[in-house]
Amino acid sequence: MTRVFVSRDMASVALGADDVARAFGDAGCEVVRTGSRGLFSIEPLVEVETDLGRIGFGPVGPGDVAAVLDGAHAARLGKVEDLPFFVGQRRFTFARCGVIDPLSLADYAAHGGWQGLGTARAQAVQQVVDTVKASGLRGRGGAGFPTGIKWQTVLDAPADEKFIVCNADEGDSGTFADRMLMEGDPFCLIEGMAIAAHAVGARHGYIYIRSEYPFAIATMRAAIAASAHIVAPFTLEVREGAGAYVCGEETALLDSIEGKRGQVRAKPPLPALQGLFGRPTVINNVLSLAAVPFILAQGADAYAAVGFGRSRGTMPVQLAGNVRHGGLYEVGFGITLGELVNDIGGGTSSGRPVRAVQVGGPLGAYFPPSMFHLPFDYEAFAAAGGLIGHAGITVFDDSVDMAHMARFAMEFCAAESCGKCTPCRIGSTRGVEIMDRIIGARDTSHPEDKGKVSTGSARTGEGYLDRALYSRAPNRIDVSIEAQTSLLRDLADTMKYGSLCALGGFTPYPVLSALDYFPEDFGASAPIKEAAE
Amino acid sequence: MEEFIGAWTARHGATRDRLLPLLHAMQEEAGHIDDAWVPAIAKALNLSRADVHGVVTFYHDFRRVAPGRHVVKLCRAESCQARGAAAIEKAAAERLGVAMGATRADGQVALEPVYCLGLCAIGPNALVDGRPVARIDAAALERIALEVAA
Ligand SMILES: Cc1cc2nc3c(=O)[nH]c(=O)nc-3n(C[C@H](O)[C@H](O)[C@H](O)COP(=O)(O)O)c2cc1C
Ligand code: SF4
Ligand code: FES
Repeated sequence: MTRVFVSRDMASVALGADDVARAFGDAGCEVVRTGSRGLFSIEPLVEVETDLGRIGFGPVGPGDVAAVLDGAHAARLGKVEDLPFFVGQRRFTFARCGVIDPLSLADYAAHGGWQGLGTARAQAVQQVVDTVKASGLRGRGGAGFPTGIKWQTVLDAPADEKFIVCNADEGDSGTFADRMLMEGDPFCLIEGMAIAAHAVGARHGYIYIRSEYPFAIATMRAAIAASAHIVAPFTLEVREGAGAYVCGEETALLDSIEGKRGQVRAKPPLPALQGLFGRPTVINNVLSLAAVPFILAQGADAYAAVGFGRSRGTMPVQLAGNVRHGGLYEVGFGITLGELVNDIGGGTSSGRPVRAVQVGGPLGAYFPPSMFHLPFDYEAFAAAGGLIGHAGITVFDDSVDMAHMARFAMEFCAAESCGKCTPCRIGSTRGVEIMDRIIGARDTSHPEDKGKVSTGSARTGEGYLDRALYSRAPNRIDVSIEAQTSLLRDLADTMKYGSLCALGGFTPYPVLSALDYFPEDFGASAPIKEAAE
Repeated sequence: MEEFIGAWTARHGATRDRLLPLLHAMQEEAGHIDDAWVPAIAKALNLSRADVHGVVTFYHDFRRVAPGRHVVKLCRAESCQARGAAAIEKAAAERLGVAMGATRADGQVALEPVYCLGLCAIGPNALVDGRPVARIDAAALERIALEVAA
């Protein structure tokens, strides 16, 4: 019987993988459902086991079964790992994703699974923490804080109970690496958490997954049940989020697990000392924890040998938006933004010129192609007024209206603010109003821009902002573009320095980068760059 | 609903940290969290009504009124916008006859915003009654419209 492999990843299913899998099953094949290989332009993808290895065909539909099975189908790709998109990758964390059956313990063990945990359990706990420190691993959730140092703090904190919490809230648009790993190699995350538990002395762990990821929730729950005997006495449970972006912030996430509104806590105390239920808590992103089994199994040096400057190891970069070859590309730090977008991503999927990319989700800066020399590195991006965040890159072509994207950044902040600080809660709504005035003034003076589609204000209710704006005396507002632009910069400044967390504090990044790099979309004739730092 | 809450807490516990899982379970069961059930939830978990109300209203997922028979959650986030989501949103609102964020008057369908489904390279994306749909164009929108008309 022919063995074929079809992904069960949510993206693959959205593209029709279930129908393809069913068709091959009906034709008498043994169908193994895997995670996604990570290149969506070839999905739905089927790989057929042959004497020459696994031969890929994609994209295919349910009607292609016969042609695929006799090997003649035009979408024959050869071995998937030999495709240009894959040969340049360094798959440390995603080595198994797309290859194995995610819920098969036998597959996992046969592909190097549990070796890291075995190594860790044979070592003294301090040695495990030292290995993670030596690897140079930094938190992949956004802030880039050294993981080993965080673990050391928890190890050194005396307490009767400690917790491991995995942050799988992945709310940033343009990111899907956490989701792909949880769906494609869930035991890898479990192994990473078990190593963390051993290292700091925790008995129980939580994986907080956003509710928008139903497939990941189901897969993780099944994987936890299947591997309970291996990670025992460590125990794990999944907690489902409830549609609040701010719950990705670590302290809001802890409050959410505790059953409260997801509001950001002031620090100190650090979660490492007083975290979940007041106990010392390791809270790490999915990718941080999933990098650990490799580090323990292969050694800190093998991980640290790859990278750039103080950014060591690999980053699973996510190419998203209007990009031809979108997907997951795991590579050592240091690759340039331009290589990622143009060489690997192949430019836009619309075929139009790239105009802007947003790196790092809704709080990340927009960069024009003139910044494509930037190396993928925490420090280099910070110096350029941006951030890597969770390494999502959203590509836009030249039809984008950057004033609308700036407005959206403010609107998103208003919708998702936890409400604790005024600059974020109120400032973001004022920011939307300012953007409406700028766009209004621009479209009056440049009526050719008028036809562009505006994104309404769904969460604040139909027309709410319009009313808020026009209920004040319009003659008291200087609605000139110059006045509103300087007001916008003032407001961004207040939000940046007056907010408790990065939601309010970093929303100025997309807004000001759009304004600085694309002033023409804000109705300015000449670049107005003086306030850029 | 009191019976449901009693049975659920007997099985899963009644500590404060069970509140979100309980709310998820109730919404799964009944489609929404009615304000009338808040006192029973508060009593079961030994919380104040204000506390429970505060949590229900904080999270976007929890609905306080019954949803449409079909729910189309359309992604509005940046990566989908880069692939034309704003135009699809407009077309969807017109074709389905319901504004974004609202339920149609006949209760047949609700159009809800969602901010990223993690399918960001293949947008515009939606969850149609929980089923992921990618690369939504005019034809895909028409299929969705027919599906939710049933
Ligand atoms: C508004 C906001 C949203 C965040 N969302 C996430 C998220 O979805 N996933 C994540 O891992 N970290 C997120 N973070 C960062 C976390 O607060 C925290 O830094 C991270 O979980 C630490 O893990 P790491 O050291 O492994 O990166 C967010 C931060 C802020 C301010
Ligand atoms: S900046 Fe916004 S989200 Fe962050 S704590 Fe303040 S109000 Fe909450
Ligand atoms: S932005 Fe729409 S799925 Fe991520």
